[in-house]
Amino acid sequence: MWDYTDKVMDHFRHPRNVGAIERPDGKATVGSLACGDALTFMFRLGPDGRIAEAKFQTFGCASAVASSSALTEMVIGKTLEEAEKITNKDIADYLGGLPDQKMHCSVMGREALEAAIRNYRTGEENVVQVNDEIVCTCFGVSRAEIERVTRENRLHTVEEVTNYCKAGGGCGMCRERIQEIVDEVNHAQAAAPAPAKPTKRLTTLQRIKLIEQTLEEQVRPVLRKDGGDVELVDVDGETVRIAFRGMCAGCRSAAITRDNLIANALHEFVDPAIQVVME
Amino acid sequence: MSAAPLVYLDNNATTRPAPEAVEAMLPYLTERWGNPSSMHAFGGGVAKPLAEARARVAAFLNAERPEEIVFEGCATEGDNHALFGVTAAWGRPGTVITSRVEHPAVLGPCLRLRELGHTVVEIGVDGEGRFDLPAYEAALAAHPGPKLVSVMWANNETGVLFPIKRIAEMAKAAGATMHTDAVQAAGKVPLDVRDVPVDLLTIAGHKMHAPKGIGALYVRRGTRLKPFVIGGHQERGRRGGTENVPYIIALAKACDLAQAALADGTEARIRRLRDKLQAGLLASCPDARVNGGGAERVANTLNISFEYIEGESVLYHLSDRGICASSGSACAAGSLEPSHVIRAMGVPFTAVHGSIRFSLSRYTTEEEIDHVLRHCPEVVAEMRAISPFVKH
Repeated sequence: MWDYTDKVMDHFRHPRNVGAIERPDGKATVGSLACGDALTFMFRLGPDGRIAEAKFQTFGCASAVASSSALTEMVIGKTLEEAEKITNKDIADYLGGLPDQKMHCSVMGREALEAAIRNYRTGEENVVQVNDEIVCTCFGVSRAEIERVTRENRLHTVEEVTNYCKAGGGCGMCRERIQEIVDEVNHAQAAAPAPAKPTKRLTTLQRIKLIEQTLEEQVRPVLRKDGGDVELVDVDGETVRIAFRGMCAGCRSAAITRDNLIANALHEFVDPAIQVVME
Repeated sequence: MSAAPLVYLDNNATTRPAPEAVEAMLPYLTERWGNPSSMHAFGGGVAKPLAEARARVAAFLNAERPEEIVFEGCATEGDNHALFGVTAAWGRPGTVITSRVEHPAVLGPCLRLRELGHTVVEIGVDGEGRFDLPAYEAALAAHPGPKLVSVMWANNETGVLFPIKRIAEMAKAAGATMHTDAVQAAGKVPLDVRDVPVDLLTIAGHKMHAPKGIGALYVRRGTRLKPFVIGGHQERGRRGGTENVPYIIALAKACDLAQAALADGTEARIRRLRDKLQAGLLASCPDARVNGGGAERVANTLNISFEYIEGESVLYHLSDRGICASSGSACAAGSLEPSHVIRAMGVPFTAVHGSIRFSLSRYTTEEEIDHVLRHCPEVVAEMRAISPFVKH
């Protein structure tokens, strides 16, 4: 069992403000069935410009329900300017803390709040912005992402692609298209060089290679199970710049939940002095 | 919440130690705690009950000889011993054929064996979790050289039974060594190694009403197997480490009890209760599906998906009502990934995260099933009421 606080369990067992508002001023849904959690959040403003009503519907674990419930309680009575200052840490603190692995639940709450306010101000629906062909519409996986997992993991079948990035795991309509992409990548692929062995004093190049190897062996297998990936952007002394790709991109919970994973791996296998910076 | 009764329906995770098994082992903790290898009567005197226990575990599996039983620290160790022990004895790379829905105790070693240069072939399952026999037949034919087949007898998550006799016969015909993880089959279906030609078979004490911390590996006489835990002469040099006498005694007692239960109609009673639970939940919870329901299953397991809701939440609400179950959802597993078994069956994502496993035992009562049938539908309805995906 998770080590949930009494307050988390209280909000889970007795969630506040569940449901929908007939004509909300702002509304947004973040997350998805595939990710394992999703939140629809909406609010209505009172004549004084303050949030008079806030409602939610959540698909997810106990901490996802509790974070959503807490969010609604926190925003009621606030102006939008006040509400948008709420951070995911505020939500977690309100609940007396969340287990590390569950911090993404609080991020989901903050993301939904931001998206709902944006929806009120611009009328914009929260849609993922990708300038690439979306191959799997069920899980929003792009061609570039499928190419990447295929290339880097030497995949050959649609099934393998589904295992790595979930593409093709829903309705199955895109499976033929995925196979075409996999075949194209495999035709074009040349043998990759073997990873460098660490030496006592690392040159800058060796250091970068070791960081890349550590990401490949320790970090990417975990992220890929969730349809995500990570890219090494820059190494400047002890500062390592990282960017998330795939389903992790744009998902700020990624930064929170996986920050530790990446930092711990680099500290253990490369250098304890490394500072990880997320793009 | 405090007055809720304990309704334990998580017997595929672990079982209540049988009071008879606990009673049988206690003297070996309080009075007869000697080392069976000792040359004095106090310790050496324990060797006899140890030998008797070995014979009873052998009888439970209908093994030819007691020496074919190797006691292990747990079933994971037994599986590791089988996989690493057989492949190490080859002295050259070979092929391991397994299934995609094995327990991590087999899949984990298989990953390592692949790194060590062996070929690992994973056979898939269909939508009901049934073993793909044609793919298996093809795999046996496709790989020359030494081969080990390791396929589970019954699946821990769905209870689906694999046609293990057929699988073993095909393995033997192809010259392969045959191992089965029978942890979830032991005590639920008869295990007869004279009828089913396996070379190696693993069982776990705590899945059959003995305590945690004891397992056994059946090793058919003549099977080439290197030790995995290397140390002293114990277990005829096949597994070092002083014998865990109290737990071995408890395991033997649990085997006796399981044997008796298989003969006295207990299995039919458990099956009736499981079927009642299944029918009741399907009738009271719309958008529910039984995972593996179309396949032959052990009597005690029900894996049911409630679509559009998430398993961890369901488990916490059930727990508040005194009900212990488990889930294949990613959150409940503490990982990023939902159950590999449910995913291998091609269950859609809408249902993967809401899969709940109820597993009964011979201690399960009709009242307990009625308790679940009273409370589970309200939990599902509550979770659905707050889900954004349900068409309200």
